[in-house]
Amino acid sequence: MRERDIQLDDQGRLRHFLTIEGLSREILTEILDYAENFTTVGHQPVKKVPLLRGRTIINLFFEVSTRTRTTFELAAKRLSADVLNINVSASSTAKGESLLDMLRNLEAMHCDMFVVRHASPGAAHFIARHVAPHVSVINGGDGSHAHPTQAMLDMFTIRRHKGDFTRLSVAIVGDIMHSRVARSQIHALNILGVPDVRVVGPETLIPVEAPQLGVHVYHDLAAGLDGVDVVIMLRLQRERMSRALLPSAHEYFQCYGLTPEKLACARPDAIVMHPGPINRGVEMDSAVADGPQSVILEQVTHGIAVRMAIMAMTLGRAGGEA
Amino acid sequence: MTTLAITGGRVVDPANGLDGPADVFIADGRIVAVGPAAPDGFRPERTLDAGGRVVAPGLVDLAARLREPGEEHKATIASECAAAAAGGITTLCMPPDTHPVVDTAAVVELIHQRAEAAGAARVVILGALTVGLEGTQLAEMAELKRAGCVGVSNARRPVHDTLVLRRALEYAASHDLTVFIQPEDPHLAQEGCVHEGVVATRLGLPGIPASAETVAVAQILMLLEQVPARVHFCRLSAARSVNLLARAQYDGMPVTADVAAHQLHLTEMDIGFFDNNCHLRPPLRTRRDLEGLRAGLVRGTVTAICSDHQPHDSDAKLAPFCETEPGISALETLLPLALRLAGDDEPLDLSAVIARLTCEPARVLGLAAGTLSPGAAADVCIFDPHAHWTVEPDRLVSRGRNTPFAGWELEGRVTHTLVGGRVVFQREDPP
Repeated sequence: MRERDIQLDDQGRLRHFLTIEGLSREILTEILDYAENFTTVGHQPVKKVPLLRGRTIINLFFEVSTRTRTTFELAAKRLSADVLNINVSASSTAKGESLLDMLRNLEAMHCDMFVVRHASPGAAHFIARHVAPHVSVINGGDGSHAHPTQAMLDMFTIRRHKGDFTRLSVAIVGDIMHSRVARSQIHALNILGVPDVRVVGPETLIPVEAPQLGVHVYHDLAAGLDGVDVVIMLRLQRERMSRALLPSAHEYFQCYGLTPEKLACARPDAIVMHPGPINRGVEMDSAVADGPQSVILEQVTHGIAVRMAIMAMTLGRAGGEA
Repeated sequence: MTTLAITGGRVVDPANGLDGPADVFIADGRIVAVGPAAPDGFRPERTLDAGGRVVAPGLVDLAARLREPGEEHKATIASECAAAAAGGITTLCMPPDTHPVVDTAAVVELIHQRAEAAGAARVVILGALTVGLEGTQLAEMAELKRAGCVGVSNARRPVHDTLVLRRALEYAASHDLTVFIQPEDPHLAQEGCVHEGVVATRLGLPGIPASAETVAVAQILMLLEQVPARVHFCRLSAARSVNLLARAQYDGMPVTADVAAHQLHLTEMDIGFFDNNCHLRPPLRTRRDLEGLRAGLVRGTVTAICSDHQPHDSDAKLAPFCETEPGISALETLLPLALRLAGDDEPLDLSAVIARLTCEPARVLGLAAGTLSPGAAADVCIFDPHAHWTVEPDRLVSRGRNTPFAGWELEGRVTHTLVGGRVVFQREDPP
């Protein structure tokens, strides 16, 4: 028995937002267009719109995160929703309460949406399959699987700078293997029609069968950046050194760190992105991170507008406010 | 003397090269004769009409976890023997990874007692290869054999130390015990939970490369060049393993292998978006692997199809994919899944499929089971090869409802199962 895409309701509207994979270009474009409406909310004296007044959103974070949780919280508050943050450390799940029990308890408090971050791939799908029919689930990152809101804010940033997706070359550099951000970006770029998506890194950090995702694989940074319009640098986790994936942070920076010299291989008007937080001197030189081509702080600002759009679209369906 | 005749059926008994209409005559729990007419003086007290159905030896399943002792919240010996009977399985072989582990004669005796009390199927046991399956100290294999174990195995637990592995093979060989090995290199497998391939890449799930299996197979084959042991490879999942094995068999090495029925029908693609019922060990691999396993089965490199039954309680599958326990509840789908390999468009005929479910696995275990030869125990499986049924997890006899085949329409269904001439299962609602 194959289930239909649980992200969509009977009328094909977004009910959950779990992964970019399987969504249409129309839905992604709708999110980007809708997000444009929210970019000015932060500039108003009263930074709120009443779209989700009376709704309750729970940020359920099983992994520590400051930036993502904060932008989700701000997005929800600017939509006038009530927000509850629950940080579940590994130790408290060790008390024996199952994920499902915890979910049922929270649901009994009549919430309308869960924003979930979890270390296990598929956690958001699992939760979405078990919530009550009126509850929406947004994936705030599940293991190495997906981080779809991050990918959408990245697409928003690219569109603002480059306009047409169908003429772009985009390079994603670093630990593709363990990156939920990269996976979601690759799906989004392909769906939006980017003809040349590249991943750059050593073979140890490139997942098997990567070309089947719709990317070209490069092991050499200069070749991978040659003529690209967008450079996306990924964060390198320190623990990658301990499992024979890399010799050292030093050698990684030598080969794959983005310096002004390496960036010169890209188009002169190329933009540089990073999902944050940056390891300066590991994946990126400060001169690039703080340089004129960097749009890293814009990404953070756009994150709020894009998350507002996604929350309003998923929760706004029934009432028709959206 | 209790006597029984099974009449009007198509008797398929590959061990004796039989496939055709015949009656089966049973007295005192043993086969008396198979043929067109009763032997002189045979008076059946009871007649079982098998018209339109196939009468085959009871199936011999090389791998079924019964969860007892130790995990009775998942299933019991009694519950799973009843499920085996419903699936036409009359002999099933338990790996030693119970709690406690089968590394003492006492555990063997306990399991035998419980199985005899249940009575619905014969249970044979693999003893532990190492104490506690910890891979360091040899288990008392001679003692386990005396208690009735039919072979030894470290189940899914690795033997990290190659020297211990070599010694274990040597020691098992000196007691004429077959060593059952589920090949997986623990370092290459790491914390993987799916095949390292396109689905792992898509879903961000940690992968187990095919080389985790082939490296382990190759390691054993190299050791066997020095050690005269008999090894049976369990649950092959990679096409490349079959090739390695074919080469070794050609060279005359005493190695055999089996495959789980679901590996012949599912691939990594069936995981979809994290279907927990497709979390298996070894993992589902590619279409090419599936074809390779089928080819191995046709050529005879792989001689047996087993269920690899692993019933779970529902909680064990209610978690994100990697955090769930692997394995499926498989006793009742073994026969119809295997039957899908027989047919006009398929490379095997019915008799060849039945052989891989009966006399071939019995040979691996060194048992005189899986045949309707006169004098053999009257373990019989009667099934309607054309009955269609839909797999509904809640209607399985097994306590385990964890099956990836829910909603599949299968063809072929057991109507009667006999163990030692006694009807241990009879379908109440013949389809």
